[in-house]
Amino acid sequence: MQEILFYIFSALTLLCGLLVVFNPFSRNPVTSAMFLVLTIISMSGLFVLLKAFFLAAVQILVYAGAVIVLFLFVIMLLDVKEEERRRYQKFGTFLGFAAVTGLAMLIINTIKQSGVSQALTGDGVAETKPLGKLLFTDYLLPFEIVSILLLVAMVGCILLSKREETAEAEAE
Amino acid sequence: MTIGLEHYLIVSVVLFCLGLLGVIIRRNLIVMYMGLELMLNAANLALVAFSHFRDNLDGQVMVFFIITVAAAEVAVGLALIVALYRKRQTNDVTDLTSMKL
Repeated sequence: MQEILFYIFSALTLLCGLLVVFNPFSRNPVTSAMFLVLTIISMSGLFVLLKAFFLAAVQILVYAGAVIVLFLFVIMLLDVKEEERRRYQKFGTFLGFAAVTGLAMLIINTIKQSGVSQALTGDGVAETKPLGKLLFTDYLLPFEIVSILLLVAMVGCILLSKREETAEAEAE
Repeated sequence: MTIGLEHYLIVSVVLFCLGLLGVIIRRNLIVMYMGLELMLNAANLALVAFSHFRDNLDGQVMVFFIITVAAAEVAVGLALIVALYRKRQTNDVTDLTSMKL
């Protein structure tokens, strides 16, 4: 059962991931964003198979809930018709595919030769409680720093979106 | 055949390469950004897989931090793209070649 679920979820993840970046039927960024949602959801299925239930929930909440909505807002703010009129540069696309395939082959070969799959055969910790304990004891300082980072990002966003108006006001 | 660490790592590598492909072949800044998100997610998958097969939760804590930082990064990056679009009326990288706004 686990094997079948793994193959279904990983096939979905990779197929939707390919359609995010290279969709032969549509060049619209909204389509890419929708396939990104599907990629994220099938990937959280993989997280459930790996017994990381908390991260699967966080993945759906943060990515499918917040990040994609942000992407869609920005796509609606900007003009999306622009790119559809342009064609793919054929040579660049071919070269990109070749380079990326080469890189993938190289890393997969390295993984196969390293024998890491035989060396690590744990069964995972299927609870969320130890994760929370770890987060608030050993990793308390990074946790607080990350909250400051979020505050800084918020201030930065407001500043970046406000700048235009204040510059105009100063000019007047 | 049981699913081992190797299977998850290969899925992660292929997903990372798909994200890289998106950054290479697409010319739209927003779609390139989605490629970056795919690469971050591939790294997350590898970390969770290692954490599972090592019986160690440190990897999952790391993924939690990566998700938080990625959310902050997306917010700031998209605000930058919007500010750039206001100045130059385009979000195609082939049009954004000058360093001066």
